[in-house]
Amino acid sequence: MSVELDVFVGNTTIMDKEVYQLWLNGYTVNDAVKVRIEGGVMEECEASAEVLLSDTMDQYRTFQMCERLLHHPAKLANQLLFQIPPDRQAMLIERYYAFDDLFVREVLGKKLSKGTKKDLDDVSTKTGITLKSCRRQFDNFKRVFKVVEELKGPLVENIRQHFLLPDQLARDYAAIVFFANNRFETGKKKLQYLTFQDFAFCAGQLINNWTLGAVDNMMEDMDVDLDKEFLQDLKDLKILITDKDLLDQHKSLVCTALRGKTNVYNEMEANFKNLSRGLVNIAAKLINAKDVRDFFIDLVEKFIEPCRSDKWTSIDMNLYLTHYTNSAHILDTFKHHAVWTRYMGVIKSCILRLYHD
Amino acid sequence: MPGKLKAKIVAGRHLPVMDRASDLTDAFVEVKFGNTTFKTDVYPKSLNPQWNSEWFKFEVDDEDLQDEPLQITVLDHDTYSANDAIGKVYIDIDPLLCSEAATVISGWLPIYDTIHGIRGEINVLVKVDLFNDLNRFRQSSCGVKFFCTTSIPRCYRAIMVHGFVEELVVNEDPEYQWIDRIRTPRASNEARQRLIFLMSGELQRKIGLKVLEMGGNAVVGYLQCFDLEGESGLVVRAIGTACTLEKISTFPATATHPSNSSPSKDMKEPVFGEEAPGVPLSSGPPTPLRAQTFSSFSPSKSYSRQSSSSDTELSLTPKTGMGSGGSAGKDAGPLKALLKQQTQSALEQREYPFFTLTVFPPGFLLHVGGVVSARSVKLLDRIHNPALGNTRSYKLLDWNSFTADEPETRDAWWEEIRQEIKSHAKSLGCHAVVGYSESTSICEEVCILSASGTAAILSSRFMQDGPLDTELRLSQQPLCVFSTGSERVEGDMGSSASLGFEEVVSPGCGFCHIPYDELNIPFPAQLTYCYCCRRYKVPDVLFTTIDLPTEASVTGKGCLIQARLCRTKKKAQGEVNAMAISNLLPFLEYELHTQLMNKLKLRGMNALFGLRIQISVGETMLLGLASATGVYLTALPSPGGIQIVGKTPSDITYEQHISNMQKKINDTITKNKELYEINPPEVVEEIIGSPIPEPRQRSRLFRSHSESSDDVSEIDLSHGKKDAFVLEIDDTDAVEDIHALLTDSPTPAGFYSCNTEIMPGIQNWTSAIQMFTSVRVFRLNANLTNQGLNKIFSDLCENLLKSLYFKLRSMVPCCLCHLNFTVAIPEDELIQVAVTAVALSFDKVQTLENGKQSGEKTPIKAITENDEQLQFNLELNAETSSSSISPKGLSEVGSHPSARAPSVDYSSFADRCSSWIEQLKLKAHTIRRGSVKTTSSMEKASPLPEGRSRSLRSNRSYSGSSVAVVKMTPLSFIPGAKIIKYLGIINMFFIRETSSLREEGGVSGFLHTFIAEVFAMVRAHVAALGGNAVVSYSMKECVFMENPNKNQAQCLINVSGDAVIFVRESELELTSVQPQSATTQTSNGGEGT
Repeated sequence: MSVELDVFVGNTTIMDKEVYQLWLNGYTVNDAVKVRIEGGVMEECEASAEVLLSDTMDQYRTFQMCERLLHHPAKLANQLLFQIPPDRQAMLIERYYAFDDLFVREVLGKKLSKGTKKDLDDVSTKTGITLKSCRRQFDNFKRVFKVVEELKGPLVENIRQHFLLPDQLARDYAAIVFFANNRFETGKKKLQYLTFQDFAFCAGQLINNWTLGAVDNMMEDMDVDLDKEFLQDLKDLKILITDKDLLDQHKSLVCTALRGKTNVYNEMEANFKNLSRGLVNIAAKLINAKDVRDFFIDLVEKFIEPCRSDKWTSIDMNLYLTHYTNSAHILDTFKHHAVWTRYMGVIKSCILRLYHD
Repeated sequence: MPGKLKAKIVAGRHLPVMDRASDLTDAFVEVKFGNTTFKTDVYPKSLNPQWNSEWFKFEVDDEDLQDEPLQITVLDHDTYSANDAIGKVYIDIDPLLCSEAATVISGWLPIYDTIHGIRGEINVLVKVDLFNDLNRFRQSSCGVKFFCTTSIPRCYRAIMVHGFVEELVVNEDPEYQWIDRIRTPRASNEARQRLIFLMSGELQRKIGLKVLEMGGNAVVGYLQCFDLEGESGLVVRAIGTACTLEKISTFPATATHPSNSSPSKDMKEPVFGEEAPGVPLSSGPPTPLRAQTFSSFSPSKSYSRQSSSSDTELSLTPKTGMGSGGSAGKDAGPLKALLKQQTQSALEQREYPFFTLTVFPPGFLLHVGGVVSARSVKLLDRIHNPALGNTRSYKLLDWNSFTADEPETRDAWWEEIRQEIKSHAKSLGCHAVVGYSESTSICEEVCILSASGTAAILSSRFMQDGPLDTELRLSQQPLCVFSTGSERVEGDMGSSASLGFEEVVSPGCGFCHIPYDELNIPFPAQLTYCYCCRRYKVPDVLFTTIDLPTEASVTGKGCLIQARLCRTKKKAQGEVNAMAISNLLPFLEYELHTQLMNKLKLRGMNALFGLRIQISVGETMLLGLASATGVYLTALPSPGGIQIVGKTPSDITYEQHISNMQKKINDTITKNKELYEINPPEVVEEIIGSPIPEPRQRSRLFRSHSESSDDVSEIDLSHGKKDAFVLEIDDTDAVEDIHALLTDSPTPAGFYSCNTEIMPGIQNWTSAIQMFTSVRVFRLNANLTNQGLNKIFSDLCENLLKSLYFKLRSMVPCCLCHLNFTVAIPEDELIQVAVTAVALSFDKVQTLENGKQSGEKTPIKAITENDEQLQFNLELNAETSSSSISPKGLSEVGSHPSARAPSVDYSSFADRCSSWIEQLKLKAHTIRRGSVKTTSSMEKASPLPEGRSRSLRSNRSYSGSSVAVVKMTPLSFIPGAKIIKYLGIINMFFIRETSSLREEGGVSGFLHTFIAEVFAMVRAHVAALGGNAVVSYSMKECVFMENPNKNQAQCLINVSGDAVIFVRESELELTSVQPQSATTQTSNGGEGT
């Protein structure tokens, strides 16, 4: 004796948020039923395990049928098969494209290729996220990447338009796409303390200031690739550390401004040349794609770690970077004000974000 | 009368990739109607083609328009090989043929393929130009409106209810033709789909013709069914109730017109007086509609009748009046018998005094006798001759070895059954059968035909040609209206006046009063005086197939009651098998009935509504499922409890066991009474006088199985001489039965359920509705006993219900209405249960009110409803009296030579009515569009800077095409909303087949997708007609076959319903001022024709 067939179809498609989440999390039907039983839904509704199983299977089937539509969220709004209220549609899409920070940290900056996908079982073991869920998240990244890759216009906007995602989620995806495209290294041990949101913030800064889209909004890939011209120009900043006079002048200006305003003045003064060299060197190297990948490692190694070992506070950091940036403009022989501003604006906000007290 | 059908193919979207190389499709479209085919150009390399074709014009007869669907085929062009079909769309043109329904079909329709399901959508425009000629009504039945709704549709008023119409057409099933062996499954499925489309069209046209013959303009309660008889063919049959309908104001009358009521009555009354006493019997005008007048016994009941012209005995009808048929107390015995006779003979003139309606206009249903049913086992015999194995090799033999041509055979079968039903009704003292339905169950070559209904006595009101409005008022203001009539009567027939009075005084209990003669009860019954009016006799239990009348006074709430039964039977062939089945049937029915009765008592209720008994036959078993809604009718006596008696009282432990069980039962009854808020007012005085027959349980379920000739065997289902409520435990079976009785788990908190349209005691519905279909198939182990089977079947149903409650928990407090269970035995050891129902949420505050209050509420509601209906009448009446030769009046008198069909008389009036309804519709459209905007707001919320438009290129095909919401419900109404227009009937048949079952998610995945697709197609077609809801939706057929070993499955689904436009009542209030003036305008010229 067995139930051979068991379906329930509503004119308005019934979808349980809780079950949806379990499905997204990659639980098997039986595991999902267990979770639901523990959640106490049975007592609440006078249901039996059998009923729960039937309901879960049914919902899972519905989600599977919906999944292909969720791959192209715009289709969800004008498909005829499921009648889903708009708020529900938004929920479905948002949750489908939501991802685990733990997971995204593992693949952030990696090439979204088959090879990476093969390694997902390792990621799954490491993060404790089910392989199924890992795959979904990975496929989402890849899908978004593929679609926006070919599009002109602002990255975030394109993602929002195409995948009907809420603003924050669209920004996160922009970050993921941006990282994947530029292959930023984020997996090194030194970077482990950083969260995805730290990187997403930085990505936002880079997209808004360093890409082609920041200057010209009609170029292909404008938001995904860094502005080559700008990177070329960055080499000119080297003068700040190669010219001894300029370096000394810069240091004295910053020191004057900071004297008495910070507790780490001495350390700062002692380290100034090192720190400045670090930042300017990063700038000068960005023209090499390989060094772009190491951008975050370099920032952490060359700047953040020394400061941290000297126990700077965020306020110290902010103060220092502000004056460091501004002072350069006062330097007589320094001509590259525009490039400097464009560079330091991003660097400053990135460092402040990446610097955890 | 010819017409011009025009179709334009606009665009396609979401097409499947047909060319793997390019990942694109070169699509074009073939538009076919009858034998004419047009093609669009090929739109190369696109999944979203924009054909924007010219108008394809088909010049055709309207007969074809009615029969044929417009067939649209989308194909992929292939230069080197045959073009691949992507899919098809069948469009039913019928709604466009009726001026009052839809005017254009326009929208995105799913492209359907029987193997792949929905494959993209196509945007089409379809129009029909009928050459406007009143005569067209004569040549085909264009213009006859069809409604699945089993009540008078919400925006119409019944002028007349003509009666039963039926028709069936037979064809070979393409699946069983020899050619099927060489053609693809797709071709075979499509041939079948198309054939059924054609057959339904033909059937509808034929029924329409019958309606026109009868002088009606609409079919209400249209029920069309398919019998897939396998090799012996395919039968499509339909029944319905022919009516003359008239459109009414779509707006609720905000104010009643007290001043109007008396003048119109005065105007009408004289007419009555003049004709009533002795109108000479005219032999009928020489029109196809033969109108006859019968002088009436009771003066207010002048009666005339129309019937189909084929009815030859018509002119021989005796002079009879239609009495009210009420029971008139004990001293009215002989008189009553006389009255009854007259009442009966009046309706007897109709071939079948049947009505598929389950809800009636106020005052139409006078008394209810009880359920009548008839079943018959037939053999679909065929000649087993492989040499002749081609299309024409079958021959049909019925059980009596009566050979005839196929349709005639089927007709004869049904005729037999209907005759039986008629005679059952007669023996219950009733002249009519309401809530009538027919069904079949087929297994191999055995076929069980079933029919059931409720014997009833109806008012002549809607069956004569007289003006209804006055009659309507009779029930509204009974006292003053009747004074004139009764005075005249008192001289010769005092009691008859009081008779008339009775039905008026107690609308809440009148229908419960027994229609049969108390001294000549057709079955053992326990009668008491009505607990409402205390004047007339009522039975102790009432079973009916109709909906609960709105005016009925009910105590507490109702609930779904089901009796479930399995019976094993031996495998057999041919006549032996048929005999075995027909021998089993009585037992099955008896047990179902006992179960129902016990469960009813267990819930402390005394009446069943919407009773539907389904018997399904399989190779090794019979399944019986009876569903009904139990209620406590205030007019009926309180049911006694259930008493258990053991056979062997010597054993102490046994006695203890018994008393335990008794206690359990008593507790359950108490609990149920609380749950359903059944606390009837205590009756102080005892039953007054009148010898009451010895208390016995009695039943009003009649059945018989006519496997041979016309010997009508009626089996008395009462429990012999035993006390009504005693259950005797003599063996383990009985213990099991009682256990089963108690295992019905109560509905979870916040849920109510019923299988009728409305739930007594709940009023405050919110607009949240959720229609759903659930299907389960259960595999049984071999060698199960009857008991084991019963338990499994019962658990299956119970679990299904539990699952539904769980699924819909977010809608609590809510009521599952119109729970319609269908059982089938698709193959050996499989049981299939399908449920379609709607969950309605309601506001909790209202539910706290006790049943009494709600009882008081309903009549008031009925009156206001009436008032809004009356609004038109009054104005019409004013005209009638001033011109004094109104068509209505004429046909009533029956002396005018040219009594015209009411449909013609009212057409112009209706047209004018529809003109501002058209405006309303526009409004409704804009409202809908408004909501569409909000749905797509997400896309539009973030407009791009102009310069960046390219990023939107792939978005283009989506923009501005969000899908309109279409509600679906098996009910005839939408809570909180007003239906302002009926757009036509939706009747769709789909086949889906797969040979990759596993890949599609197994049987569940396959069926889930298919049902979702069917819903989607229904919604899309409704939206294309301009509608926003389907009411009276039902899934009439869901035949599922699988062959997991071959990785194959096939499913057939037939759905139907009425496409409508509704407007939320809150929105209506805003606009109700202007139409009010429009109303008066229209009615001014209303009778001008």
